[in-house]
Amino acid sequence: MKINGKPENKSLLRFTTAGSVDDGKSTLIGRLLYDSKSIFEDQMEHIVQSGKRLGRQDLDLSLLTDGLRAEREQGITIDVAYRYFATPARKFIIADTPGHLQYTRNMVTGASTADLAVILIDARKGVLEQTVRHTYIASLLDIRHIIFCINKMDMINYSETVFRNIRVDIERLVKKLEIEDSHYIPISAKYGDNVVDYSENMNWYTGKTFLNLIETIEISKNKNTDNQRFPVQTIIRPHTEEFHDYRGYAGRVAGGVFRPGDEVTVLPSLRKSKIKSIDVLGKELSEAIAGDSVAISLEDQIDISRGDMLVSTDDLPVISQDINLMICWFNERPMKIGGRYLIRINSNEAGCIVKSVNYRMNINTLENDFENRAINMNDIAYITIKTSKPVFFDSYKKNNITGSMIFIDEGTNETVAAGMII
Amino acid sequence: MKNINDEHLKELEAEAIFVMREVAAQFENKVLLFSGGKDSIVLVHLARKAFWPARIPFSLMHIDTGHNFEETLKFRDDLAKEFGAELLVRYVQDSINIGRVVEEQGVNASRNKAQSITLLDAIEELKIDVAIGGGRRDEEKARAKERFFSHRNEFGQWDPKNQRPELWNIFNGRKHSGEHFRVFPISNWTELDVWQYILNENIKLPELYYTHKRKIFSRNGVYLAWAPFMQLKPSEHVFESDVRCRTIGDITCTGVTLSKAESLEEIISEIAATRVTERGGRYDDKRSEAAMEDRKKEGYF
Repeated sequence: MKINGKPENKSLLRFTTAGSVDDGKSTLIGRLLYDSKSIFEDQMEHIVQSGKRLGRQDLDLSLLTDGLRAEREQGITIDVAYRYFATPARKFIIADTPGHLQYTRNMVTGASTADLAVILIDARKGVLEQTVRHTYIASLLDIRHIIFCINKMDMINYSETVFRNIRVDIERLVKKLEIEDSHYIPISAKYGDNVVDYSENMNWYTGKTFLNLIETIEISKNKNTDNQRFPVQTIIRPHTEEFHDYRGYAGRVAGGVFRPGDEVTVLPSLRKSKIKSIDVLGKELSEAIAGDSVAISLEDQIDISRGDMLVSTDDLPVISQDINLMICWFNERPMKIGGRYLIRINSNEAGCIVKSVNYRMNINTLENDFENRAINMNDIAYITIKTSKPVFFDSYKKNNITGSMIFIDEGTNETVAAGMII
Repeated sequence: MKNINDEHLKELEAEAIFVMREVAAQFENKVLLFSGGKDSIVLVHLARKAFWPARIPFSLMHIDTGHNFEETLKFRDDLAKEFGAELLVRYVQDSINIGRVVEEQGVNASRNKAQSITLLDAIEELKIDVAIGGGRRDEEKARAKERFFSHRNEFGQWDPKNQRPELWNIFNGRKHSGEHFRVFPISNWTELDVWQYILNENIKLPELYYTHKRKIFSRNGVYLAWAPFMQLKPSEHVFESDVRCRTIGDITCTGVTLSKAESLEEIISEIAATRVTERGGRYDDKRSEAAMEDRKKEGYF
């Protein structure tokens, strides 16, 4: 189902890197920044010095993103690092995420805001469990564009046959996961082949270089422009002489387009009103589209508070206490069936009970496991919950914002799971 | 020069306003850490946009090292007055006087690190549960790891190896009593984004950001502004030049740039062409490899 996939040549592209441990994610980012001349002199001096201290022989570009002391010492990535760079064609926000299984939650954190995922594969090893896991998570998060970089080509003599064989394996995976748009590039992040410049070692490759591809790829944004959704974050009441009666509902449009004069229904009260004005710092706007942060005022005085939602009257979301969803479990303490958690969906909060685990995802086979339904850290499962009050939502596929939620453990306040509504 | 990045800046602005409003809704005692630098000035502007026509629902808090550029203080006071925001100032000197902080000695002495203690004391004293900061991920490698909503335990410490997952734009600000959050609404902005936004939105800045004549000296390849309380090494000598500040902080560790840029447009061209990062001139980061990470763990901004 492709509700809102209008191709767009965005000026800002958010992408995430994923792949198994030591596949060279951080090195690729380092190489990209280095060859596109986006590394500053003081940063360069820093990684040269740091590399010397750590006894690295060659220039180690991964030191650029591995910003924590523990990461540099162990040569691994523990948490997401965000990097920013720009070319005349585009601006990029990169979330460089960890490959270790135990840090999957950090990988999910980085991937949840991405338009595109770059998944690295070690040419010597081919498709590994983590490759499958990360590709699956990317598809679960509705990331519609994936670039598979077959890295370390230098270590297999730049063999076209090896590349083709791996590509066949991945294509099978891509087909199974119904990924909309996939690309394959043979690279050596360490030496720069096909990253920014074409490789002289792989004349058989006729596709784009990595940089050229991310500069030109058309992104279908996961932005819903059809169904009006406006979750209220907070109420603006100035209590001043000039704005004595002003009552603004502050929020970020989660779907559709809102204009003054539109009739809207307020959830959960189901009361109706008309939009009086849409304001930002003294300026009245003629419309607000998905992604805009605005304040909306209505013609009628209605009781509205944080967590409520303004929607179009003839296109309501689902309103229910029973929700089916896919979850990714993050916490060391396993999920409890019958356990109580707090959920946050947009600005709305509710209690919930886990009614059932319908199946657990077997990451190795990508099959649904109906036998072993214990949910431990990093597991992905299809579950059913019941909420303490009716909540309003769409499917995640229809709207990433009104279809996603987090689970919070009320005892520890930790975020223990991410949920995507089916 | 205008309009080049409008679409991209609009997205960053909407994100920052969203984060500010989450702070307003999820916390009780809220402060915005205000240094008088451009990032905190942009934060104040974003806060006005987020809550107009109501007043900014945060107090402005300045941790004053006593080593300021005079003009910054006046700018700070005027800005707070103009927008009707409560201004809270806490002094590192007070922390030194009561023995909470031992003043660093020697030529490289700075009160930059000591600010963390003064800040944490203020957070405890005023029962602050959230402090909004202008930190950006592009500034420094430890900052690149920070979440929008960054949890601090009851000792004010950051645990970078065990941060809460932060999914989509759902921010979990729940905490136990005594703990607090640091929130960074402009996490995803680069230095250039900030300047372009200042230009587009016509935001007023202290004159220090534009070219002016100043007495300076050179130390380890960084030009520092001279002030009467700064100790010089025998080899260092003070001279006057045309300079501007790229960042503004405590004088002892804020480098200045030789520049004749008089307008925002000129500053933007200069920054677009520079080969050194903004914090490359920050003496506080040059102390050790993990200087920022260590300070942040202790409770730094």
